[in-house]
Amino acid sequence: MINLPILPILIPLVAAIILIFLAKSIYAQRIVSVIASIATIISSIMIMAKVKSDGIQTVDMGSWPAPFGITLVSDMLSVLLVLTASVITLCVILYSFRSIGNGRERFYYYPIVQFLLLGVNGSFTTGDIFNLFVFFEIMLMSSYVLIVIGGTKIQLRESIKYILVNVISSAIFVMAVGFLYSVTGSLNMAHISARISEIGSEPIITVLAVLFLIVFGLKGAIFPLYFWLPGSYSAPPAPILALFGSLLTKVGIYAILRTYTLFFYHDQPFTHDILSLLALLTIVAGVIGALAYRDVKQILIYNIIIAVGVLLFGIATMTDESLAGTVFYLIHDMIIKAALFLLGGIIIYIAGTSNLNKMGGLILQYPALGWTFLLASFALAGIPPLSGFTGKLLIVRSGFAEGEYVGAIVVLLSSLAVLYSVVNLFMGAFWKTTETPLPDVKKRTGSLFIPVVVLVLLSVLYGVGTEFVYPYVMHAVDVLIHPEIYIDAVLKE
Amino acid sequence: MEILMCIVAGMLFAAAVYLMLSKSLLRIIIGTGLLSHGTHLMLLTMGGLKTGTVPVLGEHAASYTDPIPQALILTAIVISFGVTAIFLVIAYRAYQDLGTDNMDQLRGSEADD
Repeated sequence: MINLPILPILIPLVAAIILIFLAKSIYAQRIVSVIASIATIISSIMIMAKVKSDGIQTVDMGSWPAPFGITLVSDMLSVLLVLTASVITLCVILYSFRSIGNGRERFYYYPIVQFLLLGVNGSFTTGDIFNLFVFFEIMLMSSYVLIVIGGTKIQLRESIKYILVNVISSAIFVMAVGFLYSVTGSLNMAHISARISEIGSEPIITVLAVLFLIVFGLKGAIFPLYFWLPGSYSAPPAPILALFGSLLTKVGIYAILRTYTLFFYHDQPFTHDILSLLALLTIVAGVIGALAYRDVKQILIYNIIIAVGVLLFGIATMTDESLAGTVFYLIHDMIIKAALFLLGGIIIYIAGTSNLNKMGGLILQYPALGWTFLLASFALAGIPPLSGFTGKLLIVRSGFAEGEYVGAIVVLLSSLAVLYSVVNLFMGAFWKTTETPLPDVKKRTGSLFIPVVVLVLLSVLYGVGTEFVYPYVMHAVDVLIHPEIYIDAVLKE
Repeated sequence: MEILMCIVAGMLFAAAVYLMLSKSLLRIIIGTGLLSHGTHLMLLTMGGLKTGTVPVLGEHAASYTDPIPQALILTAIVISFGVTAIFLVIAYRAYQDLGTDNMDQLRGSEADD
């Protein structure tokens, strides 16, 4: 028994507590944050190697044996997501040095980011449904602070709505866990899965499936529960937006993926059809928003919703291939969304506005930035050999194979819409000539640019090196398709 | 007994929804408080209301109450307490800065972004 899976949760926790005491010294905070994030990345790479060679790793907290105590479970899916989340957090922290501003840095920005990472990694790792709720709350609490930190008027206004929506969804979450407990008599996810397959497809299980879909759908922003997202996400500055856009909604998607493959796979004609319908509506709603706005932030925010729809469609199709596509696309989307939001932040910083109609011609002074943005846009749309391609290919192919022609075609068309919206952004910000001549002085963006380049490079490597990533993803999908592996690993029967 | 508790929880939810649909920020926050009370009551009922013995069980206890829902409620209460506290602070700060607690005026529009 080794305690490796707890490290990506423990390191951010300890770092956050240390950082609270270092509030006065910004330099010390920066150094500790970077060291802690690198340590988290290293520990998750170690877990990944361990999971690859020895299978699923579990830790029974306090040595209470599996169905009774809280169990942390690192399977390949969760450790891949933990690794991605930690890398993104490191890049965002590096980006924040220049962009977040001294005021926010002095008011506990770095500790809260570590707490957010703690909540996200915990949600990915835990094997206990109530513990999932607790980690969700840690993550949400940190996001409440991050969305309001700095205290500008728009942030205060939007944070109230954001908190209200999440308080309601948390209440439904606790209720759903209560129902699930009264039906199955357990909180351990593996144990619940085993009990549900004994019960079979009773109607109450379907009711629970829909309740959990509402809860995670609110966090993951699926149609029609995405209404809060565009408003709330437009409030905070770029680095915080990058964290939210790449991590928070994806935790909701991960939770849907986990519960719908582990608990609610017995009544697929009902639950997975709802899922697939909602996925398509989510894509359509996202596309409408992404094409309608002429604002850097809003276009990128609506692209989150499109990606959520694509991922959900992959989950709904529920074959080996579609789940492999979903996992591929999930990781790709986390990386590329972070990169795009950070790039968007640089554009807004240079142009001094997020309105596309008021900017233009930036390619003359910032060619590297422009071409990086175009590369990231192509990756987002899924142009081969960049990283979005593999995931979408697998999802669409399995859609056709399963006879879900409408869904597969909608996903394909959504790629075109994504491409149009981001290229439109590129044309507006970089290509178009402006009426007002650009200022002669070039703003220094070097230190902002480096973490973005790292992320884009990572995304390109992820796309080109698909062969190398593929066995890891298939390892993750294996557990999703065969819940017995997960159950056996946790309950050690 | 379980039925009665469910009805009480339902009434709490109804009151919470009513308050959360009002325009005043403070009423909305009180509504979220009631919502979490309803949830906790529901959670307690979910575990089954047994004959009133203690949850601590010996090796061969004849009757006992399930301790897990109580542990869950304790956690959930602490969390909802924290969330309500931060919500109140942010609401007060928003009231100071924006000069209103009327949700109609907090709607926001394209123009002031």
